[in-house]
Amino acid sequence: MREERAPGSWRTTITVLRKDLLLELRGLETVPAMVLFALATLVVFHFGLNRDTVDGQLAAGVLTATLLFAAMLGINRLFVAEREQGGFDAFLLAPVDRSALLVAKALALFVFLAVLEVIAVPAFGLLLLGTSLGPPLLGLIAMLLLGDVALAVIGTLVSAIAVHTRARDLIGPIIGLPLLMPALIALARGIGPLLAVHGSSWPPARWVLILALYDVVFALLAYAVFDFLLED
Amino acid sequence: MILAVAPALPLQTAGKYVAGAYVVFLAIVLIYVAIVATRLARTERDLTELRRDVELRRQQAAGESGQDSERAREPVA
Amino acid sequence: MTTYGRGLRGLALATVATITVAFALVFFYAPLDADQGFIQKIFYLHVPLAITALCGFVFGGLLGAMHLRTGDRRWDIRSYVAIHMALIFGIGTLITGGIWAKASWGHWWVWSDPTLTSFLIVLLLFCTYQPLRFSIEDSERQARYASVFAVIAGAFVPLNFIAVRLAQAYVHPRVLTLTGGNLPGAMRLTFLVSLVGMALLYVTLWKYEMAAKSTRMQVRALRRALLGDDGVAPLKRSAAPS
Repeated sequence: MREERAPGSWRTTITVLRKDLLLELRGLETVPAMVLFALATLVVFHFGLNRDTVDGQLAAGVLTATLLFAAMLGINRLFVAEREQGGFDAFLLAPVDRSALLVAKALALFVFLAVLEVIAVPAFGLLLLGTSLGPPLLGLIAMLLLGDVALAVIGTLVSAIAVHTRARDLIGPIIGLPLLMPALIALARGIGPLLAVHGSSWPPARWVLILALYDVVFALLAYAVFDFLLED
Repeated sequence: MILAVAPALPLQTAGKYVAGAYVVFLAIVLIYVAIVATRLARTERDLTELRRDVELRRQQAAGESGQDSERAREPVA
Repeated sequence: MTTYGRGLRGLALATVATITVAFALVFFYAPLDADQGFIQKIFYLHVPLAITALCGFVFGGLLGAMHLRTGDRRWDIRSYVAIHMALIFGIGTLITGGIWAKASWGHWWVWSDPTLTSFLIVLLLFCTYQPLRFSIEDSERQARYASVFAVIAGAFVPLNFIAVRLAQAYVHPRVLTLTGGNLPGAMRLTFLVSLVGMALLYVTLWKYEMAAKSTRMQVRALRRALLGDDGVAPLKRSAAPS
């Protein structure tokens, strides 16, 4: 991330990331839960909207809300292992760059979200979407990846704030939702035209730009303040 | 902010809303001032209490030193 | 210890004078709006309130950043009071905005007004400031986390406005802009005086609250110095910095 960072911090990041991914691979706790939750949400939308198929902006809204709900599960679980098994203390005792923990967590969450979407988006295409996912696929992937960055960065930040509070399951989502709002607006409005009947194959540039700008600003902000969240 | 080009409301209807808005504003400010005034009263009460405590201590200190000298003169029973 | 009471009287008098002048201008000087008529008078209250609240949130973020930079707890108290005051102004903005929307459009809430919508999002975010503080027991950590929140949320304010503004671009014709750039002269003067009045009111109330808080803390400190720790009732768990 930063030029002057010691090479050690990148290694720390990779180590922590590998630990998180290994834990997830062995335990299979978070990602399957997120996927199941997303699928159940799609069913709720089917009945709630009383529609067999959706397209256009409505489809974009359904997809965004589904992914957001599932992401919230992952965000709430992000630091659970650290809290329950004293990982924070161990990390603080180790002579490593603290921001590496943030970067690793954000990367882990990003991977979780990407895996979630690999399953949930085709499922959405099969179950609810009235149009084909084929033509706008590249644009959709780009938009979703940008959205994942926002979810991962803000999710990590919010989770790191919430984990030391008493009402952590409540504090995370209530801070996270408003903070994510502009990114969600951009994501939903960006993929709306992609999912329309005879839609375009590329999202409107302004939403791509907004989402990218949001990602960059919050990544820098999160990186700047994270040290203060771990200092004890 | 933005305004729709809506037909102008007659003065009587509009007046009600405008008055409502300004009253809300004044009410918020006044309620806030009242809340801080309550807290000020509490602080004042605390200060009075503190003064009383200090006064009490001073008297006690004076009384104790007086008692000590008296006790010294009393024969031990 | 800074004495926040100094200059408070002069400031309060200036605030009262400016707001009185502003309201007099609103009702006796500013011309009636051609489209909106009398209802447009809410503009001179609603928009300055909104601008002051938003600036207050950003101000709270800057004060929070100062706390993180210096580690001095007094900055946290200042940041807390700044956000607290801005929240009160924000609620005033929502209420007056709702009244205006009801009068001109017939609904208490209008989604198509991007500024109102983004204001709601900002307010929703800042409403979590107190629950966050309340939920952290250790007072040092409470101050630190609150400042981190203030910094993030302060930076969020302008970004959010850009995003929402673009999302609902120009559904309604923009008769008036936030800066009052295309207002006729008399209206603009009235608006600017109102804006200055609201800003002064914010600063006055901020100082007022700071003076109250710091006096209270000094009383506690005195009590502790005189009577020892037993003489001071333990603080209840609170969202307010102490």
